[in-house]
Amino acid sequence: MADNLGTSPDEVQFRFRDDEPADHGTITVDACCDQTNATAVRIEPGDDARVLLPFLDRLALVEVNFPGFGDGRGYSSARILREAGYAGELRAVGDVLIDQLSHMRRCGFDSFAPDKRLDEDDAARAFATWENVYQRAADANLLGRRTIADIRHEA
Amino acid sequence: MYQYDQYDQAMVDARVEEFRDQARRRMEGKLTEDQFKPLRLMNGLYLQLHAYMLRVAIPYGTLNGGQMEALADIADKYDRGYGHFTTRQNIQYNWIKLDDAADALADLAKVEMHAIQTSGNCIRNISSDHFAGAAADEVVDPRPYAELLRQWSSFHPEFTYLPRKFKIAVIASKKDRAAMRLHDIGIRILKNDAGEIGAQFYAGGGMGRTPMIAPLIRDFVPLDQLITYAEACLRVYNRYGRRDNKYKARIKILIHELGAAEYTRQVEEEFAHMLSVGVEPPREELARIAAYFVPPPFVSSEVETPDLSTTLEANGGQNSPFGLWVRRNTHRHKHDGYVSAVISLKPVGGIPGDATSDQMRLVAKLARDYSFDELRVMHTQNLVLPHVRIADLHTLWSELDAAGLGAPNMDTIEDIIACPGLDYCSLANARSIPLSQRISERFAANGRTGELGELKLKISGCINACGHHHAGHIGILGVDKKGTENFQLSLGGSEAEDVSLAKITGPGFDEDGVIAAVETVTDVYLGARRDGERFLDTYRRIGMEPFKEALYGG
Repeated sequence: MADNLGTSPDEVQFRFRDDEPADHGTITVDACCDQTNATAVRIEPGDDARVLLPFLDRLALVEVNFPGFGDGRGYSSARILREAGYAGELRAVGDVLIDQLSHMRRCGFDSFAPDKRLDEDDAARAFATWENVYQRAADANLLGRRTIADIRHEA
Repeated sequence: MYQYDQYDQAMVDARVEEFRDQARRRMEGKLTEDQFKPLRLMNGLYLQLHAYMLRVAIPYGTLNGGQMEALADIADKYDRGYGHFTTRQNIQYNWIKLDDAADALADLAKVEMHAIQTSGNCIRNISSDHFAGAAADEVVDPRPYAELLRQWSSFHPEFTYLPRKFKIAVIASKKDRAAMRLHDIGIRILKNDAGEIGAQFYAGGGMGRTPMIAPLIRDFVPLDQLITYAEACLRVYNRYGRRDNKYKARIKILIHELGAAEYTRQVEEEFAHMLSVGVEPPREELARIAAYFVPPPFVSSEVETPDLSTTLEANGGQNSPFGLWVRRNTHRHKHDGYVSAVISLKPVGGIPGDATSDQMRLVAKLARDYSFDELRVMHTQNLVLPHVRIADLHTLWSELDAAGLGAPNMDTIEDIIACPGLDYCSLANARSIPLSQRISERFAANGRTGELGELKLKISGCINACGHHHAGHIGILGVDKKGTENFQLSLGGSEAEDVSLAKITGPGFDEDGVIAAVETVTDVYLGARRDGERFLDTYRRIGMEPFKEALYGG
């Protein structure tokens, strides 16, 4: 498997973490299951994210590739990892566009390496689109974000 | 009915601003058309044959007079003075300018309406029984559950780029007036043997080019797990629905290929996991929503109110025009002294589902005067005044009749469902509208409408089946045959609780030919029927052969 499969920290345009970005080549999901020392992996749309669950402790970076923005499987992959307690970097890579940022963030992505750099102002606006949200997604579990229904029924 | 609080309002307002910004970036060239297309679709904007079309959601078919007036205003301000009510309880405007779209959405937001997710590969408008909250036979009002699902499905972060569109219907009676089992997910709210209310889940139904009836996948989901179960269904579909071929991408294909049992097993596994994650809204939320759907202050039945037969006697009897309308266009209400009244948008020779802005305003006024300011939209492209006092029926009918809205033809052969067809739609192969106009004229002229009784005729202008032809007692599908319009006839479909898919009779016909063919099959029915049989019952008893014989000879 190629060692230069993933994105480098230089290619990360938005990052919502304080730790140092992992800087080592990501490997495929299949390879990750065989290599006991790998710390970075890349999920393609057809991969089953649950295969990674036994290895989450040793992973520092999971890249989820979006070869085309219309293929939404990566959103489920992201939530599945977060629901399983994965706390490392979750990076959306590939055809990542302005209008997908807020949903990706809600599914647990905390770094973004789009193929083409995005307009900073447009992106800032996009991340801030929803002041409140209807669903309990990864942001509820991870960031303690309360949903609209939660707020409505606070004592 | 449901009213937005500050949070709901903020969501639709934010959406309008988001769309305005997307349109700006499209104009500035920051978004390609390919990138912009799914964004505009998720705001209801299609590019049709001649112009943009805007599809506005009427969640679970419920709206009030003020909202109907706003729809009329949009028709006048941004379109050509009319709108088209669709088979999924939406309204479409056919002549919208892209520049105006954000303003139209802003006008909608002012009356707590939107076009969110009325198109695109996401969860669409939640539809429901058009007699919800009024029908004598419902277990409970299904709309609180539909509203809970509306909020859950709006801007769902995980399910905005599904393999394909996703339609959910919710009903709460044994009678299915929402084509529930022809949806991606159909939910029937029911009471179990212990008297608890829960949700029965069907999944994998649909029409289109591969029609399928949804199998039952869960007999009873407790109400405090409703959203969690729906989320599990969607996650399995999002992960494993086919993305290699858009014609095989609906959930019905996944479930067909996996088998209902295997799909169910995967959903149950995901469901068990999600219960541990905790995605369900707090239980009080359903109670909060339900409080908006308390019945209006009906006049108590202890007060002297005339019953239907007295009202009919006083106004010309059973066979008067009023009597006919009452028999055909009213539905039994849960409260004595009231009925639900259907306003037909199927005048003889008219365009099914079309209403002018003046008609919309009149209907809004009638809703205020006679129905506690409530209206419903039917999947059959008609409107309903859900709570009309029997004492008001004759006055109401007089006003409808004077406005050309009194057609007494609900569920008759004149009550045709038709898609917009080649007159508007970029996908169509044939014109559905002129055909439906001619069929209703033919049967109005030959006087058979009444004799034929319940006969659901549905016309689609292409195999995408927006006109529900697979579910028609008589279905007509327009196809392109070497550059000319050709119409395939099918028989024996039903969207109701006795759901079935229609079968094609044989070779297709031209427009004149298919009209004659419809007359021929109705003749076969009239000749063969036994007491009380509908067209569909007779077809099911005698089978296709006698119809084929009459159509194609020996």
